[in-house]
Amino acid sequence: MKNEFKVIADLIENDKKVLDVGCADGTLMKYLKDNKNTNIRGLEISKEKVQECIAKGLTVIEGNAEKDLKQFPDKSFDYVVLSQTLQAFLNPELVLKELLRVGKKAIVTIPNFGYWKVRFHLLFKGTMPITKALPDEWYSTPNLHMCTIKDFVYFVKSRDIKIFKSLALNNLNTSLINESNLGMKNLFADLGIFLIEK
Amino acid sequence: MHIEKNIKTLIIKKPLKLDCGKTIKDFPIAYETYGSLNSKKDNAILVFHALTGDQFVTGLNPITKKDGWWSYAVGPDKAIDTNKYFVICCNVIGGCMGSFGPSHKNPDNNSVFGTNFPVITINDIVNAQYNLLEHFGIDKLFSITGGSMGGMQVLQFITNFPNKSKTVIPIATTSSHSAQNIALNELGRQAITADSNWKDGNYISNNTSPGKGLAVARMAAHITYLSKKGLQEKFGRKLQEREDLKFGFDADFQIESYLRYQGSVFVDRFDANSYLYITRAMDYFDLTKQFKGNLSDAFKNTKAKFFIISFTSDWLYPTQENKDIVIALNSIGADVGFVEIESDKGHDSFLLDVPDFLNALKNFLDKSYIENQK
Repeated sequence: MKNEFKVIADLIENDKKVLDVGCADGTLMKYLKDNKNTNIRGLEISKEKVQECIAKGLTVIEGNAEKDLKQFPDKSFDYVVLSQTLQAFLNPELVLKELLRVGKKAIVTIPNFGYWKVRFHLLFKGTMPITKALPDEWYSTPNLHMCTIKDFVYFVKSRDIKIFKSLALNNLNTSLINESNLGMKNLFADLGIFLIEK
Repeated sequence: MHIEKNIKTLIIKKPLKLDCGKTIKDFPIAYETYGSLNSKKDNAILVFHALTGDQFVTGLNPITKKDGWWSYAVGPDKAIDTNKYFVICCNVIGGCMGSFGPSHKNPDNNSVFGTNFPVITINDIVNAQYNLLEHFGIDKLFSITGGSMGGMQVLQFITNFPNKSKTVIPIATTSSHSAQNIALNELGRQAITADSNWKDGNYISNNTSPGKGLAVARMAAHITYLSKKGLQEKFGRKLQEREDLKFGFDADFQIESYLRYQGSVFVDRFDANSYLYITRAMDYFDLTKQFKGNLSDAFKNTKAKFFIISFTSDWLYPTQENKDIVIALNSIGADVGFVEIESDKGHDSFLLDVPDFLNALKNFLDKSYIENQK
């Protein structure tokens, strides 16, 4: 299981009710269910991935976060998880708002466009960056709204969203992000993980 | 129809008050079972059949001598694995495969009921079937499932008996029959009653049979079970055993011949008045209205785990109507999963060999069963 999921799981206490938005093949869901006794639900757009989740015995709804989050009542989950998909929505602000409505807290992870390898790629190669976290070509990427860790922090602050914890991930290293190291983390982390609440 | 042999029946002594206000008692429910009930009695699955189905879910139907209607899904090692699970299915009341229906004699005057049979509802149907649980000593079913009208019974059953099943699988169904559904059923009923052999429903005592009307009803309904794409791929404009058009009204096209065949074999196994009664029960089905416009209230007392399945090409009970049930369940925080299966086979997909569907059904059941053992 990728390190990102272990970090997310560490943020969630035992016996909580969690919704994994864009749960893919259910790897994180299965881990939470087996290790944290989580009452876990998933929302996934791909029929093939939904089938994989069902085969793992996970409760998944085939659907689209932009349309289907609205059916869940306010604060009906302790945590709502969105892993590396915020940038792929037509309207990320709306999705973020919905995550924070449905969940008491939300855990959002973003591939960091401020990562030094991304910056170097564009600066020296002059082509759209391709990295481990951003593996697709410009013409086939699902990503519509790339942002940096700094962008995300500024954005949530401007919307009066509380950040409980910000973590920077670089391969296997996890470190805390704070106001004084934001610039450095924005350069050296390829992934940002945020625990937020509205 | 001589159907008494090969049919297991349970006589329900307890009076059942029907939605129409009448009360019935000492009536038969015909049923069939597959697999065996384990000692803990926790492996029973109640399957509900659709409009023209019956209790013979799988294997050879002893009456029609054809495969059971859900042979693809139910049987040893199949999605609903009868090596593991004990499958029960009842013929609906109002039906014609042994359960109390319009072709039965009215004990009060010893004449065939015909249209004097009380109008029944999906609610009446599941209330009658509930007696089977007591008969088998089952406190709680492992699952209830069914497609189309079977799905309506699933929804009504869990509403009426919220803690009587651990899992709930409505397939290709709706919580409320739409205007289009009612219109299509009315077309079928009009075809039957317009047949001069229908005789106001008294065709049995008149020794006639409204076969032509019933066949037309079946032909029209059959079209609604398929998709445009499926029909086009299977039949296109292919001609039936002829080189060219005949400039007449014989079955020039294969699709015509196919529909005529479907109509003709149907009248051999189905009772016209049962068709009227059961389509009426479907039309009257409106679970949302039963709960004053709030479908969620139907499910607020159950802790069952739901799994809802729809099909992309089903235009009779389209995905959105199935999703409305998902939405109602999510809005009360119920445990619900949902998948829409890709298939060109229309509403009939749930009866056919659609591997994605059968795999999903099997995985859901088997994983849930393991979880229940923990």
